[in-house]
This record gives sequence, C-alpha cells and structure tokens, in this order.
Amino acid sequence: MAEENGRTGTMRVKTGLAQMLKGGVIMDVTTPEQARIAEDAGACAVMALERIPSDIRSDGGVARMSDPEMIAGIQEAVSIPVMAKCRIGHFVEAQILQSLDVDFLDESEVLTPADEAHHIDKHAFTIPFVCGATDLGEALRRISEGAAMIRSKGEAGTGNVVEAVRHMRAIRGGIARLASLPSDELHAAAKDLRAPYELVAQVAADGRLPVVLFSAGGIATPADAALMLQLGAEGVFVGSGIYKSEDPPARARAIVEAATHFRDPEVLARVSRGLKDAMPGIEISSLAPAEMLQGRGW
Amino acid sequence: MVAAALGRPRIGVLSIQGAFAEHARVLERVGAEPVDVRAPGDLAGIDAIVLPGGESTTLGLVAEESGLLDALRRRLADGLPALGTCAGMIVLARAVTEGAQPLLGGMDIVVRRNAFGRQRHSFEAPVAVSGLDGAEAGAPVDAVFIRAPWIEESGTGVEILARHGGHGVAARQGDLMVTAFHPELSGEHRFHEWLVARARVCRERGDERRERHVGAQ
Repeated sequence: MAEENGRTGTMRVKTGLAQMLKGGVIMDVTTPEQARIAEDAGACAVMALERIPSDIRSDGGVARMSDPEMIAGIQEAVSIPVMAKCRIGHFVEAQILQSLDVDFLDESEVLTPADEAHHIDKHAFTIPFVCGATDLGEALRRISEGAAMIRSKGEAGTGNVVEAVRHMRAIRGGIARLASLPSDELHAAAKDLRAPYELVAQVAADGRLPVVLFSAGGIATPADAALMLQLGAEGVFVGSGIYKSEDPPARARAIVEAATHFRDPEVLARVSRGLKDAMPGIEISSLAPAEMLQGRGW
Repeated sequence: MVAAALGRPRIGVLSIQGAFAEHARVLERVGAEPVDVRAPGDLAGIDAIVLPGGESTTLGLVAEESGLLDALRRRLADGLPALGTCAGMIVLARAVTEGAQPLLGGMDIVVRRNAFGRQRHSFEAPVAVSGLDGAEAGAPVDAVFIRAPWIEESGTGVEILARHGGHGVAARQGDLMVTAFHPELSGEHRFHEWLVARARVCRERGDERRERHVGAQ
C-alpha cells in the first residue's frame, strides 16, 4: 500500500523506530488481554509470544515462532508497536513474521536456535531487528548483520538481574575501552572483537553504539529497571517478571514509572510500595550450563 | 532583566519516553538551553517546550499520573510556545480518531494514529513545508515518517504547512507547531529555530509585562 509514500526499510527508518522506544518498557505478552494491560500500564511496545521465557524454561522441548493467529489477535488489541520473536538463523520464520506486519523482530536466544553458525541477514528485511548480546563484539557482529537495536541478553526467565548487569557492564566497558585506544590500535581491537573495523572505529569515535541499546533478561522489579537504566541501558524488556508476579497490572505500571524517573529514588520508593510478590526467581548457579540461554548465538 | 532576555532561551523537552535526547541535541545546536521535563516542577523558567516522538499512550499516562499534564495545559493556555513531533503532535491534538487516551490538547486538530500503517510502511521522503524561515527557507524537508500519524481534521485557526499523499503532516496554530515526521532524526533544524525565535519573543513580552508592573508600583 504505502510504497508510493517514500523509501521504506532504510536504516534510518529502522533505527528510528528503536529511537522512539527509548526510555520505555517493552513487555512480553501471550494474550490480547495481557497486551491491553501492558498498553494501559504505559508499555511502549509489546512482545507477542506463546510462552513467556520462564515457561519455556520449565516446559523444555523446542521453542519456535508463535502462531500467526495469536500474533494477529494481539495486533488487533493494541495501538502500540507489536514485536515478535524468531529463532536464531531461521530466516523463514522472519519472512513470515514480516508478512504479518509485525513492527519489530527479535532474533532471540530464548527460542531454540535453527542455525549454529549463521544469524539472519537482517539487511534483507524491511522491518527492523533487535538482537541480544553479552559483550561488545557480539553486539557489533549483530549490527554488522543489520540489527537496528541491541539488547543485553541477561538470563531470560530467571527473575534474576545479575546476568543483565554483567552483560550491560561488558558492553559499556568495551565501548569505554575502545574510546580510550589510540587509533592505530583499533585494527587489532577489531580482530579481538571479531567485528568489522569500520564499526569498531565508529564506536571508538562516538563513544556509543550506532543503534539503541536496551537491557533484557531477569528484570523483575522497578528497582531492577532503574538499575539497568543507570548502568546505561536506554530502555528495558520485561518478560516473565510481570506476568509471573502476584499483581501484574500494578507491577507493569510501577516499572513504567521507574523507567521515566530512574534517577529519582523517592519516586522509585513510592512506586515500589505494596506491589505484592515479585516472581520467585532462580539463582543462576543452580542452572546447568545446558540450561543457560545466553550462550546461544555466535 | 535585559540580561535575562539576551541569554539563551531555556527550552523544555518532555523527557518521559521517546526520542527526547535527539531534540535536546538539535536545541543546543540552534543556540537554546534544553531542559529535561519529567515532573511539574521542571516547567519553572522554561520559555518553550518540545513534545517529542515516542508512544503517545505512554507519554500521556505517565504525564497524567504526576500532574504534569495539567501543569502543562496551564502553561500552554498562558501562551507557552510548543513544537510537537509525531507522538508530540498526537498529544497536542484535541482528539484522536480512535480509542481514548490522555491528551494535552491545545491545538484544534483531530489526528489519526499510525495512519500511514505499521512499521513495514514507515518511510522517508522529501516534503515541501511552507512557513519555514532561514537560509534554506524554500528547501524541502528530509522527512522521516515512523508509524506516523496524519491530521484528519483541522479548525479554521490552523494553518496546514505540509501535505503528503494528500494528508496534513505539518501544521501551525499561533505559537504551536506540529509535524507527523521527525525533523530531529534527519539533521533538520528549521522547526527548532522557529521555536527558539518564538521563545525569545515570548520571553521579551514577559519581561515587558514585568517592567510595566514594576513601573506601575
């Protein structure tokens, strides 16, 4: 329909949507009702998926793209952007989700990877992609493949923020290190990061990624969200943390307030009061290495 | 008082959610001092305000909760100049075509949200905009439209400054200006220059009022 309006699918249009999401909270939802609760709480977007990460974790088996009917139901329920997840390397799932007019695609380690060597060529798509990263090199490899937004991975479905903190510090620390290097050392840095030299040089010059950086994986409270924002995230994804808690609408609203007022402890104290129980959560050291989702992706 | 009028105008940027940092950078480039606005107290001493792109539902809900929406309505009624882009245009509208959400109002327009379609249909295109001053007055705007709205209806006091595909995508009503696209994403400065110029005029007007008041005592 809209091709006559102008040039679609440009990098500026893709990264532009990510810029509009900044300062916001993107919430995992599995039904139209949950999507409406998220929108009414002030979510800046929703992630439509059949099972939230903590259930994927407990159910086991292969986790795949969601049923298109379920995604369409959520698209009809809300006016904010609707995101969806495809498996790492599964470009046909991505083609299908694009044809459904999903606003943003998450090539996600939460689903079972479909390719052990190659991520999707994201430049080939009109809609933007967000990808997870545990460090700067991984973030830059995804950007080089066309990702329009990066999220630190954390450990999804645990309600434990420690891995999100580790990954955000690794990414931000990597950027700070690059920015301090003399320019003749950037070639070796690019080799160490296994990332293209041009991107490495750009990050060194700008002191920031060329795309928006969010945080994900284990954020369960308003304080967790504010912690990630103070550590340099430009927004947060909250998955199991909302709908595995005792009072999802109140918690969703509180996390949205926390994302706006993330430097104001008085507001954070106010919104944290009387929220009832957070999700119970999982101690990371109790997970076997094979149960860790963050190692997926290369 | 004269010194205050000569200083850089302080321009608030609604910093609840969205592309507020991008607007602050453009404002600095055109000689203004950007001020983050998150709570009612942040409105003190600003000469104009930018309402950025983001999600209009998020902006409205969070601003309503803190009382910022009411405080801003009072400042707009007192003549505070404002520039709204994309979600900011929606928030300044008197109504949206579908759904109910908290709005600031102030401008006699009705806006259709996501009118150009979902993200797959987001686009960039040159758009001719009337009423822009400066060296490149006649040059088209390099306009970036992201899940963009358009103006469905407008009152007699509203001047439509640009159309795309037959739909209103930029408009002005007194000291309020709105765009459906994102000048802050394409290095376009003319909209912000307009706002800074209006902020200077309003500040001088306010100083004159204060001086008259002091003189009368």
